[in-house]
Amino acid sequence: MAEVPVDPIRIIERFGPHLSWMTGARLSTSVDPDRLVKTHCCFCGQQCGIQLKVRGNEVIGFEPWEEFPFNRGMLCPKGVKRYLQGSHTDRLTSALQRDRSSPSGFSSLPYADAIARVASEIARIQQAHGAGAIAVLSGASLTTEKAYLMGKFARVCLKTPFIDYNGRLCMVSAGAANKKAFGIDRTTNPWSDMVGSDVIWVAGSNVAECSPITTNYIWQAREQGAKVIVQDPRITPVARTCDLYLPVKPGRDAALFAGVLQIMIERDWLDHEFIRDYTSGFDQVAEYCREWTLSRTADVTGVPQPAIAQAAEWWGTAKTSFLFHARGIEHHSNGVQNSLATINLVLASGRIGKPKSGYGTIVGQANGQGGREHGQKCDQLPGWRDITNPEHRRYIAGVWGIDEQELPGPGVDAYELFRKIDRGEIKGLLSICFNPKVSLPDNGFVTRCLDKLEFYAAIDFFLNDTAWHDDVVLPGSLQEEDEGTVTQVEGRIIKINKAVDCPGEARQDWRIIQDIAQALGRPTGFTFTEPREIFDELRIASKGGVADYSGVTYEKVTQQLGVFWPCYSEDPKTGQPTEHQGTPRLFERGSYNPVAKGNGPFYFPDGRARFNVADYRAPVDDASEDYPIYLTTGRVVSQFLSGTQTRRIGPLVRQYAEPRIEMHPRLAAKLGIADGEWATAETRRGTITLRAQVVTTIRPDTIFIPYHWPGRKSANQLTVAAQDPISKSPQYKVCGCRVRKAEGAPPYAAILEPQQ
Amino acid sequence: MAKPDYLHFFVDPNRCIGCQACLQACTECDTHRGESMIHLEYVDRSESVQTVPVVCMHCEQPTCAEVCPADAIKRTADGVVQSARKPRCIACGNCVMACPFGVPELYEDRKIMMKCDMCYDRTSVGKKPMCATVCPSQALFFGTREQIEQLRPMSTPINTFQFGAQTITTQVHVMVPRALATRASYVDVAAAMEERPRSRAVSLKVLSGPQADGVPSETDPFAGVEV
Repeated sequence: MAEVPVDPIRIIERFGPHLSWMTGARLSTSVDPDRLVKTHCCFCGQQCGIQLKVRGNEVIGFEPWEEFPFNRGMLCPKGVKRYLQGSHTDRLTSALQRDRSSPSGFSSLPYADAIARVASEIARIQQAHGAGAIAVLSGASLTTEKAYLMGKFARVCLKTPFIDYNGRLCMVSAGAANKKAFGIDRTTNPWSDMVGSDVIWVAGSNVAECSPITTNYIWQAREQGAKVIVQDPRITPVARTCDLYLPVKPGRDAALFAGVLQIMIERDWLDHEFIRDYTSGFDQVAEYCREWTLSRTADVTGVPQPAIAQAAEWWGTAKTSFLFHARGIEHHSNGVQNSLATINLVLASGRIGKPKSGYGTIVGQANGQGGREHGQKCDQLPGWRDITNPEHRRYIAGVWGIDEQELPGPGVDAYELFRKIDRGEIKGLLSICFNPKVSLPDNGFVTRCLDKLEFYAAIDFFLNDTAWHDDVVLPGSLQEEDEGTVTQVEGRIIKINKAVDCPGEARQDWRIIQDIAQALGRPTGFTFTEPREIFDELRIASKGGVADYSGVTYEKVTQQLGVFWPCYSEDPKTGQPTEHQGTPRLFERGSYNPVAKGNGPFYFPDGRARFNVADYRAPVDDASEDYPIYLTTGRVVSQFLSGTQTRRIGPLVRQYAEPRIEMHPRLAAKLGIADGEWATAETRRGTITLRAQVVTTIRPDTIFIPYHWPGRKSANQLTVAAQDPISKSPQYKVCGCRVRKAEGAPPYAAILEPQQ
Repeated sequence: MAKPDYLHFFVDPNRCIGCQACLQACTECDTHRGESMIHLEYVDRSESVQTVPVVCMHCEQPTCAEVCPADAIKRTADGVVQSARKPRCIACGNCVMACPFGVPELYEDRKIMMKCDMCYDRTSVGKKPMCATVCPSQALFFGTREQIEQLRPMSTPINTFQFGAQTITTQVHVMVPRALATRASYVDVAAAMEERPRSRAVSLKVLSGPQADGVPSETDPFAGVEV
């Protein structure tokens, strides 16, 4: 059973998180780098261009890369200090195995032995319980090459349907909505199109902390006359000076959008021509919105009536506009409906597929876009193909050189996968780039599931909290130790360049995967010698799919400083070879795509976008008499996801060391809690004790806890595992909770460092 | 080499999102690696997320240099006020007390005052200062007057500050909302400090919509929310 081998404090002592600081060559002003490597930040979906200073086999600093067009040298604090993750004392430089006789719970073993052990355990479990008893969890911070390989590895080598990825915790609601409404899943315009828009609507996105570089685009749009509308339960830094703030109650977004659309219908602020010529389904949506009167919308959403009316007027009468949203409206059991409701507003305005008018969802992870296109999702094959579509299956089986019958069918989402572990149906797990013990909701349940595994192996560069349960840990690669491509927030494919070699026995992740395939005696299709070869196969595999990368080459990406997909090798209209430069803006009038075949700009056979009735449903485990306060969760600017990397970087930890419970002074006064005092928040799943941060910048009926910490500091002890029925996104952004003043400091305070 | 005279530093606190990219990047500088010379302050975090980045303003007549008994603070010909010179500085702290903008800091362990020198190692070779290069909101901007005029039509750069009887003119400009800048061509700092405080330390420009005179309203967006 994959139980944590020793007291966690012993594991932390050996494997951290410890903090790295500027020392040695990194602190010296007399040491020059050998070279500068142009690449991108390893963290969020903005994928800012950066130059890493390299000396020997160490990254010793950074230099802004001002030529890269998206960020032109700009970086957030994570980007500035990202280089401190290299040469880290916590870095895994050899394979590990669980060893209760070792003080730290783990001991080293030779890499080859570790691979052999992983292969023999996989073989044993599959022989005894079938191929589907092994599951794979992967992640959207991997390069597209690796993400593609993980999907292929699960289906072709392991022959299991059970692969899913941590994008399930991220953008799937937006992705599902885009698929239903547009037939393609990508932000419609480059960010530069924002500047010059009349109105910018930011729905559920703490831009300043989660995608800081986007801030300058918004501010620049405002300088040029745009009105900025921000919808959020907290007055975030972009909300502070926005033109219209919509203080929405957590989980009420679909209702707000329906109410706004109803006003637009009543006042006839619609683009009738666009609706008639380029869409379908408007009448059903209009029928649904009829019940969303201004007073009802205000009652349900908590947004005052004048603010709703003002938003409708600005949005309704604008000539150009940009609407974007992020996890704030997507992380809900109603996340797809929330996203569809925003799309309805965009379609009703007709402002899409034009310069200065666009729609998009802000990608969370480094490869949140590319990682959701090429087959590491449980229901997907490369090129954004559907694993249940016979034609798609045949094509991919052909590329992979297998019989279509051999290709497994759809698997299950990442959370359901844990339920299968709980039920004993899945007995072995291989994971990479995923820390579910911190990042999944109700993570007490996730921990119990991990304990039940017969065999668990992870590929990682640091021993993250989930890997404490490992039988075997395989030492993988940091982003700067490999090359490949990722697709950033605008749909722009960019190139990650290698700066240094892996230390010790650590290996590039794709080599580890291939070594496992080899050891299993199933090497066919896993004999790539460099990422470029994987990418070249991916180009073929994606060809003809909606996410068509066939015309993309490493050279084109480097020359053009990015290529927006779809990028064809053959003109979809004529079938002739073409030197396509990519597609920066989607849905332009008169544009041709291989699905609509000239019938219209959208990716359906009739070329029309779909209005979808976006039904408001109250959140699961909503605030109630017993749990009267809304709990919402999110990020802080100096930390990233489960903190595996950023909680090891000293300057970033110093900026925001430990989670706090953010609450309004009126709530704090009622509860008798002062700023800085210990407070306990409790939901139906668990409790957490943290210091209170008392601020007027949050709804008085809501508390906020950032989610980057593990164990007793983890916000996901509290969150609810309710999922959207379509996207399976968990409802991280709201659940009922109660708060009280804590009796005193929690036991962890005396034992753990802030980042641990 | 000198800082090109057509390039200027502009600070626009209105844009600041408090992300601290500037502080983190400042510690990467080749002349004071490991230490940040830029300050970032919350005005009052309990009331607002408003933050203010503070760089050295590089005064035409630097008060810090004027009060220095050791003549350790030099202003270059291109107008950049340097950190204290090592053999001269006696770490008396006069400059720290005297600077009207609160910029210099005394490093007791090294017995020296250090402060922002506008990344002279970068600006003197035609690069932008580190903080202004990375700033994701471009609250810190380094460029030409033409660029700032074109990019920031809503505000005006001001570099004259009145502290009681003392008028200070600086190399660094602060962006002031255009509506306010038409009233006076300088910022009266002392008068602003004596202004009757508002009910909220930082106002929220929200439900009531934009104000004609550029003065934000004080509407509480959560007034109707029951606890």
